This record gives sequence, structure tokens and C-alpha cells, in this order.
Amino acid sequence: MAKKDLLVSLKNVGVERDGKWLVRGVDFEVRRGEIVTLIGPNGSGKSTSVKCALGVIDPTEGQVNRATDLVVSYVPQKFNLDWTLPLSVKRLMNLTAHHSHADIEEALEQVGIAHLADAEVSHLSGGELQRAQLARAMLRKPDLLVLDEPVQGVDFQGEVALYELIAHMRDHHNCGVLLISHDLHVVMAATDTVICMNGHVCCRGAPKQVAQSAEYQQLFGVRRSEALAIYDHQHDHTHLPDGRVKHADGTICEDCDHSHGAHDHKEHDHA
Amino acid sequence: MLDDFFVRALVAGIGFALVTGPLGAFVVWRRMAYFGDTMAHSALLGVAISLLLNINMMVGVVAAALLVSGALLVLEKRGVFSSDALLGILSHSTLALGLVLVGFMSWVRIDLMALLFGDILAVSKSDIALIYGFGALILVGIAWGWRALIAATVNVELAQAEGMHPQRARIMLMVFLAILIAVAMKIVGILLITALLIIPAAAARRLSASPEQMVVIASIIGVMAVVGGLNLSLLYDTPSGPSIVVAALGLFLLSLTPLAVIWRKNTKAS
Repeated sequence: MAKKDLLVSLKNVGVERDGKWLVRGVDFEVRRGEIVTLIGPNGSGKSTSVKCALGVIDPTEGQVNRATDLVVSYVPQKFNLDWTLPLSVKRLMNLTAHHSHADIEEALEQVGIAHLADAEVSHLSGGELQRAQLARAMLRKPDLLVLDEPVQGVDFQGEVALYELIAHMRDHHNCGVLLISHDLHVVMAATDTVICMNGHVCCRGAPKQVAQSAEYQQLFGVRRSEALAIYDHQHDHTHLPDGRVKHADGTICEDCDHSHGAHDHKEHDHA
Repeated sequence: MLDDFFVRALVAGIGFALVTGPLGAFVVWRRMAYFGDTMAHSALLGVAISLLLNINMMVGVVAAALLVSGALLVLEKRGVFSSDALLGILSHSTLALGLVLVGFMSWVRIDLMALLFGDILAVSKSDIALIYGFGALILVGIAWGWRALIAATVNVELAQAEGMHPQRARIMLMVFLAILIAVAMKIVGILLITALLIIPAAAARRLSASPEQMVVIASIIGVMAVVGGLNLSLLYDTPSGPSIVVAALGLFLLSLTPLAVIWRKNTKAS
């Protein structure tokens, strides 16, 4: 099989702000038709890495390569819409490009909020806003869809429904998906690659399908267990509470600089 | 027709209000009210500098306003003081610096009251030409950059990620504000310019269902404030600039009453 189109790649990317490295040594890539999920604790540099991939911030070191004429749709985590700006859901659809009335209706229908077309964006609930944002992202027919914690503040059923929509978009438009998730252990089942971050890339791998597990189905219900998957972390170091890093061989360093090679890859977890 | 001073005042004021509608809406949406005020205050410093260096007053005012907003951006990036404190410092110190400089120049006589509070009844035909010329330029610029301006106002990162150049939009708004201040100084004065940017836009909010509607309604309300305020000042012999602001305030208060809701329902039904 031919290698799928490379949409965006980060090579050894680091971002420094006020003398502090927010993130360093980040490598990952997103290809067409692939779903990549970034996970990690707060402040671990997930958003920073994604903003580098988008070109919203320039990395201090390393390289970001984006395919030429890449059409991107971005679903930010927070909207912070000022009440003084009257913006209906319909108008939001045309925010960065113009779409026909029929296309907009179809997109809103697909995400299940056609009845909210004339509602003001600032009056939407968390889940409704995410659906509206997904519809907007979909209308652009993107090569790359980027979502920053799309299911945060969304209830159980909503989370499953949103993940199903994202997977549907990937299948339908054959776009690449880069996703940030707030959950350290449960990720979207359709994810191809999970990247765990904590100031750098801690580990990466594929999630484990759990739909077959009877206990899991009992716990969460069949539909939810089909949309979600478990990710097993494969760490070779521990992040100490004071910010230093303890490697598998017992050495402790100031950061997770992988270049010195003082450790080999064994499993253990975050403290 | 333009030979009558009152007609000239009306024409100049209406031209100004047409521009403050859209520009003022962005000031309100982007929470730039204090920022606009600071730029307006720096206009006095611009006047003093242009007198000192003997350059065109409009150029001096635009340069001073842009310089101050640039200084603000740099200081904000340093992140020592909050932008609120920085705005307070810049706003009042540029005004004070301007006043001190003007006081030093004993060889020029300028009408300080006219600069601070405006003298719309004294506008000339060339002032009107200036207002409509630059006003048209600003309106065309806003219309041309509309989608990017709105996108950058809704979410900067989203706009950047989807190729809408939000920084460009921000600079565009700053330049337009500086030009408007330079042109409008004569009409309502440095101290009242921001009022006519913000009040009509705020009054338009409850009457509008989309950003496009809001800028048009803000312009209409601005025009109503100018016409009402000027007639008020003619009738009761009150100062013209403040009268316009008072009329705008009246319209804003009216927009807070249930009348606004009824108005919106009627326009939706039709």
C-alpha cells in the first residue's frame, strides 16, 4: 500500500516562553485518514504542540512541516464569545468561508442541531456548541481537522455521539484528525495513534479495543464501549512532584531530555 | 446649501456617525473601549507635536495615536503591569503631556476647549470633504476585510489556524481608529470621541440579530444622535458635542426598554 499523504509533521519541536520550556522534543505526524490523539495532564504541552502544528505559534526549535494548500478546520477548546456580538449558529457556519444555505442546513442536520440554526451561539450548551463547531469544521471540507478537548463539559451520551461524529467525518471526508483529550486512560476507539505528553512525548502507541470485554460493556453500555478505548501507558520514567524526572535506571534529571541516553525503555508510571 | 453653518454641522456629523457605527461595533465586541479612549487622548499630544515640528496636524495625530497603541502592545508583551493599568497610565499621561507642551508654546494660540470638546458648528467645507473622504476609505476597508475582522473577533486562534490573518485585522482596526480620531477631533472633541464609538453600537446590540445588522443599526442610531443632539443644542443653546452624546445616551436607554424586544420581534416576523 502506498504511503498515505503526510498532512503535518513535527520534528523535535520545542517552545520556550520566558526562559521556560513549555514543551520540548515533540515528534509526531498526521496522515490523511488517520486519527491521532494527544493525552497528558494539564500544562503538559498538548495545546502548545497542536498550536505549533497549526502554525498559530512558531516553535523556538525544531521543524513543523505542513502540506501545501492544506485546508484546516480548527475547533478550539474555549470560544469566549462576547455577548455584545450577535452571532447566530447559521452565521457561525460562515465564519471563515462562505457556504450555501443548503450545505449549512445539511451540516446542522448531520450533527443534530438543525433546530438551533437561528439560536445565538452564546446561548448554546456545551454539547450544542461542540456540535455547532463540528458542523462548521465539516463544512470547510478540511484535509486536517484539529480539535482541542472536544468532549470537555459534555455528558456521557454526548461524548459518545461526538466521537461517532468525528469518526464519521474521518470516514466520509478522508481527512486527518488531530485530537486533544482530557482523559488519560480512555480515548476515542477509532484513534490510530495515542501520544502521551508531559512536557515532551512520554510514550505513544495504539489504544486497546475494549468493546469485546463483557465487564466493560456492563459498566458503560454497549454503545459507549464501542466508541471508546483504553490506552495503556508504556513509560520509561516518572515525573516527580518537584518537576524533576526519575528514569527507569534510577537517575534523576531536571527534565526529560532524551538525548543523553542514560536510560533504556522499561515500563513505569507517573508518580 | 453648505453655506449655512448648521447644515454644515449636520452633514459633517452624519458622515462621522456613519463611520463610527461599524468601527464602534468592533470597539465594543473586542472590548477596546478604554483602548480607543487612550488613542483619542493621545491626539492632544499629536496636536502639540505637530505644532512644535510644524507638520500637518492630521499626520501628527495619526502618528501619535499609532505610537501610543504600539507602545501599549510592547508594554503588554513585557507583562509587568496589567493592560488596564497600562491604559490608565498612557491615557492620562499623553493627555497631560499634550496640555503641558501646548502650555509651553506661548507663540501659538490654540482653542483648547474646541480640541477637547469639539466645535462642530465651526466645521468648514474642507473639513466635510476630509470626513467623507477618509470615512469612505475606512468603510471600504472594513467591508473588504469583513470576514477576517469578524473571524478574528470571534476567536483569534481559530482565525489564525484557518488562514484569516487576525494580526492584520487588528492592525487595520488600529489604523482606522487613529484616522477617525484625527478627522473627528474637530467635531466632538478628544474627550467625547469614544462615547460616539461605543454608545450607538451598544444601543444597537439588543436590536440586532447578526453582526451585519448591528453595524448598520449602530450607524443609524449614530445619525439619529447627531441630528437630535444638534437640534437640541440649537433649541436650548447647549454645547453641541456634549448634546450629541446626551442624545446618544437617550437612545441607548431607550434600547434597554421592552421597546427593543418588540422592535426585534416585528423585524423578524416581516
